[in-house]
Amino acid sequence: MAQVILKNVTKKFGKTEVIHGVSCDIRDGEFIVILGPSGCGKSTLLRMVAGLEEVTTGDVLIGDRVVNRLEPAERDIAMVFQNYALYPHMTVYNNMAYGLRIRGMEKREIEDRVLRAARILELSELLQRKPRELSGGQRQRVAMGRCIVRQPKVFLFDEPLSNLDAKLRVQMRLEIRKLHEDLKVTSIYVTHDQVEAMTLGDRLIVMDQGYAAQIGTPLEVYEKPASTFVAGFIGSPSMNFLAVRLSADGRRIEHSGITGLSLAEGGNSGHGGEEVVLGIRPEHFEFTPEQEAVMRLHVDHAEILGADTLVYGHFGEDKTSLTIRLPAVHHLDKNTILPLRALSKNLHLFEKENGRRIPLSVS
Amino acid sequence: MVEHRPWLTFLTHATLLLGMVIIIFPIYVTFVASTHTLEEIATRFPLLPGSHLVENYIRALSLGPRDVGSTVGQMMLNSLIMALGITFGKITISLLAAFAIVYFKFRFRLFFFWLIFITLMLPVEVRILPTYKVAADLKILNSYTGLILPLIASATATFLFRQFFMTVPDELCEALRIDGGGPIRFFFDILLPMSRTSIAALFVILFIYGWNQYLWPLLITTHESYYTVLIGIKRMLDVGEGQAEWHIIMASTMLAMIPPVLVVIFMQKQFIRGMTETEK
Repeated sequence: MAQVILKNVTKKFGKTEVIHGVSCDIRDGEFIVILGPSGCGKSTLLRMVAGLEEVTTGDVLIGDRVVNRLEPAERDIAMVFQNYALYPHMTVYNNMAYGLRIRGMEKREIEDRVLRAARILELSELLQRKPRELSGGQRQRVAMGRCIVRQPKVFLFDEPLSNLDAKLRVQMRLEIRKLHEDLKVTSIYVTHDQVEAMTLGDRLIVMDQGYAAQIGTPLEVYEKPASTFVAGFIGSPSMNFLAVRLSADGRRIEHSGITGLSLAEGGNSGHGGEEVVLGIRPEHFEFTPEQEAVMRLHVDHAEILGADTLVYGHFGEDKTSLTIRLPAVHHLDKNTILPLRALSKNLHLFEKENGRRIPLSVS
Repeated sequence: MVEHRPWLTFLTHATLLLGMVIIIFPIYVTFVASTHTLEEIATRFPLLPGSHLVENYIRALSLGPRDVGSTVGQMMLNSLIMALGITFGKITISLLAAFAIVYFKFRFRLFFFWLIFITLMLPVEVRILPTYKVAADLKILNSYTGLILPLIASATATFLFRQFFMTVPDELCEALRIDGGGPIRFFFDILLPMSRTSIAALFVILFIYGWNQYLWPLLITTHESYYTVLIGIKRMLDVGEGQAEWHIIMASTMLAMIPPVLVVIFMQKQFIRGMTETEK
């Protein structure tokens, strides 16, 4: 077990820089999820930790060693691949044992470790099967078994669940979480699925085009997104962004369709009078009596999901479109007008030019 | 396709049977001829097998025909050595070449690949003169090395393995690197077992190719002890004014057909698998 430290890591493929300097201290035993849309460089970052890609500049430390120049095998890591990368001609047992054999481990010790891993992952019955005779979930477990038997310092997961169907994904997600709680091995997990990220990660690194847009706990990322990118990426349906103006004292929102919406904790007087982006998550709107409404939504259509209802509509003179999520089932006709309010504490402000978060309550 | 048209069934079967008869008839004639004495064939060609089968075949295998100076047994051994040598040589070399081209980055990699690819366009017949000259200079005429070595490189097989290797997911190589293995392990522990079916398919094709080599052995073997069976049969016919020993020639021909047929029969399953599916 060990900590992993990324020090201003960059990566260039030819002349194109794809990772622009990512730094992060990953504590011993921590479960870090690297989250981002495809092409943001999250897999590349993971592969640099694994040693499958060279680090262009910066340092990767595992334990207290700089591992930039070490082969993957010397880094004491294990990796689960998206397509599992099981050796197709070997049995499950041999798939798990192969890495240990290369290291010249004693036969009895190998058997011991493989059988123990098989028991943990419920693969004991399948040890003599070939990978093609296994289901997706079983293959996934073998891939994890191959990691466990090595007892490495760090586990690396490269979108391990994206080839599974939805139900299995939920189940495997829980198993990975449980495994991590049992083994307490430092883990780095790459995914584009925000639910996986929120449920598995102790902390998230949200990547955007080669930058770490935000590093923080899942709740921090949800409650205080550092930019419009993070705010829009985390949460489903994604956050509503409205172009608004701050009042001169920086305490109130000014918009043709919004009346009486003030910011929490005195707002931010530094940005008073500026054009800003207001972010409100769909789940943070509430039904309210007509006289308390801060906005009136013209319903375009509603999707009833059972547990809750998604309402798409528009409001204000410029017909700003808006998505809201109401708990429980609501049958709403087109052009119904919904009086709504949103709590001050659930408002997010971002700079208009660069999308950066504007902190509130800076006095 | 599910169809129920009795006439169509009849017609297709008739066509197939006719095709079979056309192909089998010469072989049948050969077989019949190999079971009679020379006089019997020479006077009036019989339609049914005769009674000299064992006698003719034993003579072919142990004594050989007149004037050739080598037995068919020896020739078949030569053919076998040559065919197996070419087969294993070709498979080994093309596996290694494809491995290098697919998995290693080196200067002029693409150039070398195209160089190999271009040789596809140059069959043995085209480069026969320079090859002969080289073989003569190396003093490998009349030797097994001379029979095998010039035919041992194969662009087709290299290309085939290259295509196969390119379908092997990169993650396997990466998983192995993480497991602590190098290129040699990757080749022997992963690629080779995975290519098993392709190798089997190639084995069949290449064995028959090697067994049926005619022009090259004809050029470089002047000594009887290196005759392959095809050359032997050709020599049996060169009797000038005399009477060719047709019954022995026919027996030799039958014998020459056996090994390729056996290879096809025994490796049919792997051959079809290798051609149709890849293990992944």
